[in-house]
Amino acid sequence: MNKRFFTYLPDPILSFLLITLLSYGLVVLYSAGGIILVEKQTIRIALGLLVLYLITQIRPERFEQFTPLIFIGSVLLLIAVLLIGIKVKGAQRWLDLGITIQPAELCKITLPMMVAWIFRHASLPPGWKPIISALLVIGLCTGLIYKQPDLGTSILIATSGLFVIYLAGISWKLIGGAALLGLLSTPVIWHFMHEYQKQRVLMFLNPESDPLNYGWNIIQSKIAIGSGGFWGKGWTQGTQTQLDFLPEHSTDFILSVMSEEFGFFGVLMLFTLYLLIILRCLFIAQQAKNTYNRLLCGALTLIFFVYIVINAGMISGVLPVVGVPLPLVSYGGTSVLTLLASFGIITAVHSHKKLIQQ
Amino acid sequence: MRQHLKQPFLERRLFTERIVVAVVIVMLTFLLLLSRYFYLQVISHQDYQIKADQNRIKYSRINPTRGLIYDRNGVLLAENITAYRLNIIQEKTRNLEQNLVDIQSTIQFTADELTEIKEKLKFNPVFKPLTVKEKLTESEVAQFAVKKHQFDGFEIEPYLIRKYIYPNELSHLIGYVGKISPDELKRQDISVYSPSDYFGKTGLEKHHERALHGLPGQLVTEINAQGKQLAQRIDQPPINGTNLELTIDIRLQQSSYHAFGAETGSAITVDIATGEILAMVSKPGYDTNDFINGISHLKFKELANSADKPLFDRSLKGGYEPGSTIKPYIALAGLYHNIISEDDTIHSIGVYQIPNQERKYHDWKQGGHGKVNVVNSLAESVNVFFYDLAYRLGIDKIHDFLEPFKFGQLTGIDTAGEKKGILPSREWKQKNRNMIWFPGETVITGIGQGYFVLTPVQMVQALSILAAKGRVAPIHLIKQEVKIDQIPMNISEQDWNTVHQGMTNVINAPNGTARSIKSDQYLIAGKSGTSQVYGKNEEDIYKKIEELPKHLRNHALFMAFAPANQPKIAVVVVAEHGASGTKAAAPIVKEIIDAYMSQNHE
Repeated sequence: MNKRFFTYLPDPILSFLLITLLSYGLVVLYSAGGIILVEKQTIRIALGLLVLYLITQIRPERFEQFTPLIFIGSVLLLIAVLLIGIKVKGAQRWLDLGITIQPAELCKITLPMMVAWIFRHASLPPGWKPIISALLVIGLCTGLIYKQPDLGTSILIATSGLFVIYLAGISWKLIGGAALLGLLSTPVIWHFMHEYQKQRVLMFLNPESDPLNYGWNIIQSKIAIGSGGFWGKGWTQGTQTQLDFLPEHSTDFILSVMSEEFGFFGVLMLFTLYLLIILRCLFIAQQAKNTYNRLLCGALTLIFFVYIVINAGMISGVLPVVGVPLPLVSYGGTSVLTLLASFGIITAVHSHKKLIQQ
Repeated sequence: MRQHLKQPFLERRLFTERIVVAVVIVMLTFLLLLSRYFYLQVISHQDYQIKADQNRIKYSRINPTRGLIYDRNGVLLAENITAYRLNIIQEKTRNLEQNLVDIQSTIQFTADELTEIKEKLKFNPVFKPLTVKEKLTESEVAQFAVKKHQFDGFEIEPYLIRKYIYPNELSHLIGYVGKISPDELKRQDISVYSPSDYFGKTGLEKHHERALHGLPGQLVTEINAQGKQLAQRIDQPPINGTNLELTIDIRLQQSSYHAFGAETGSAITVDIATGEILAMVSKPGYDTNDFINGISHLKFKELANSADKPLFDRSLKGGYEPGSTIKPYIALAGLYHNIISEDDTIHSIGVYQIPNQERKYHDWKQGGHGKVNVVNSLAESVNVFFYDLAYRLGIDKIHDFLEPFKFGQLTGIDTAGEKKGILPSREWKQKNRNMIWFPGETVITGIGQGYFVLTPVQMVQALSILAAKGRVAPIHLIKQEVKIDQIPMNISEQDWNTVHQGMTNVINAPNGTARSIKSDQYLIAGKSGTSQVYGKNEEDIYKKIEELPKHLRNHALFMAFAPANQPKIAVVVVAEHGASGTKAAAPIVKEIIDAYMSQNHE
């Protein structure tokens, strides 16, 4: 290893924003889950930041080079899950390789990488061939995850791939046509959904119908958010959180905790931080020197945005309940590690571009 | 071979365009999300704040302690004792079915009770304790305490229960409480009463319900999602019920009750100066403690169907003819209206006829009493004298004179359930029988027969007015200042004394009808009476008393005040089916006066 290897510093603006967001998250986590969870999460964050820093040192050309290999690896892992995965609550999503991992999480990075790789040499806007290849790759990943079954994640993964196609410049007509097709196929999708998935959708449409079961979480979450008011009830003072009326308050519902204790003001701060992060990342994407880098950075950023919208929409009762954590704030290791790794790719693109310009 | 050449500049422009569109969408989406949070947190904040509080704050009532009841000397008559009940909080139980089987070895339930419990649990609100058994025995409580850990969600809760210390002697007077009925609850203030409260059903417990009940306080409990109590504070302390201090002297009450022996009836003693009722019994009584948590069907049926009618309060609701006990008042009316004077005499031959009429009105003594004045006529209870006097007074004067003595009207005694009775008059008959008044009816009114229906409380109120020479002290049961009044007629001292003398002679003269109860220590003035019991057949009328079945024998009445020269107490006794006032009722009166004299000269 040469000395220069460790001299690529991640983008300071993005780093500052990320660290501010992570700290804010830890403050909320303390209230939601206590000091032990904060300690555990801090270690994971530290690990994640180290990963980010290390990835920053890698030249983006290396990602491009190894993309097919990495992608095939993650597809094999997905197949392994279906064959020898650990079954929890009727779904087979985890793989025990000394540490338990969730290969679907990996795909959140590897699939956009693969789709970007497909478009890397294509002249843009793309022709039919790369689009069809891209759709096949997306379909493979999505299908394997859907089989686990994990509808929520499979849709998210598919979306991350589709973002790449969108950024590659596919014509608006095609986008409009696809959207129309999606809308028309809704009844068909409904027909093939599992009972628990239908339940979730129905419950989302009318949470008050069955308040003690499916809708209970959402009702309590809305009460937490609404009772927070503009300034919130104060740190560790949220009754919904502290008295356990709010479910899963360290993980999926941590934004409800923030809303209850820091009010609308706290939510506004969070959304501002998120927006700034997204804008910075999209700027980096726009500045990137080649198609692969641009597409990958842009797609990773947009999928990050989608996570935020789904979580924030779910806990406030405007979107169905999908088990999506609030990015970089919810308690949990996999999510933080994957996300910081993808931010590592973005900072790598940024850092290496600068040096080349010099 | 490539179909298209890459055009880096155009591609960058295309990408930038896509990024710009994305940025616009991102910003719009954040705005939409923010507006959702703004709606929840700012616009709907109040609603959700209330919902959050409803989640964690539970209000519960703190029951006030029911007021105690004391006698005039501070002797406790009704108290509250701690009892224990078994509650189930369904959500805290782990295996309810099994627990209900296991608990049988400690606390017994019948199959019916178990079915009822299961049915009630289905509709019981979440985390609300359901009472499944009241009044647990001490051994049940002790045994359960040992096994408590096996029964999650089962709790023993202490509560206060009414206890009557003299249940039989005071059954009608104090009455009893029971669980409030849905109908009673409907008519009460919901902030004061809850469905598990006790409510006065009869007697003083009923009449003074609101004062005895008090006002509940409020307890605020903060709970978490599991229903666990985190903090409690008293938001508003309860205001306990007011204690009642009765005018009753429990010793005299007991003496009065037991003076009846096996007889049934009513006895009331009043302090003449104040109107305070010192004793008021209706015999037989019953154990009011049985009623507090719902009496068993069998026990209630037994009480309700008993020939002695223990549930019937004779003192307030019993309607009797006054019989000869009305004579002193008729005599007074005659003197007041100058129909007779103290010295006027008649010659009694044992029969009276209205001038120019056939019908004969008999005296109780065949052959009559000879030449008698008003004093003798009272002492010997000469019917003919009063037939004649009543006829000469006329029904209107009789009615108007008797009315201020509160006959046939509510005395206003401070308890529940008093009956009105009937004081006969022309108007009353016209209104209720739609018939005109006949002179013959005036004649029998003179000896307290005919349409009269009086209650023992009316009789004792009138007697106390008579003894106090027109001074009206309203009779009452709760210690209080009462407004002393005067009857409107201006009756001369001499007339009062004449009647008092006649009543004194009833007991103290050699010819008095009740000379058997004469006392060496003090003078008693009184008058006996017989209240007719109807329903006899023709042949029954001529039978001797002993040959009649008990339920057809007339009621025996005796009223007295003592000491005759300086009246302190007035006593009225009705001995049901006692046949003769002097034989059945007078000895009871004597025993009560004796008891009073000895108790109050210690």
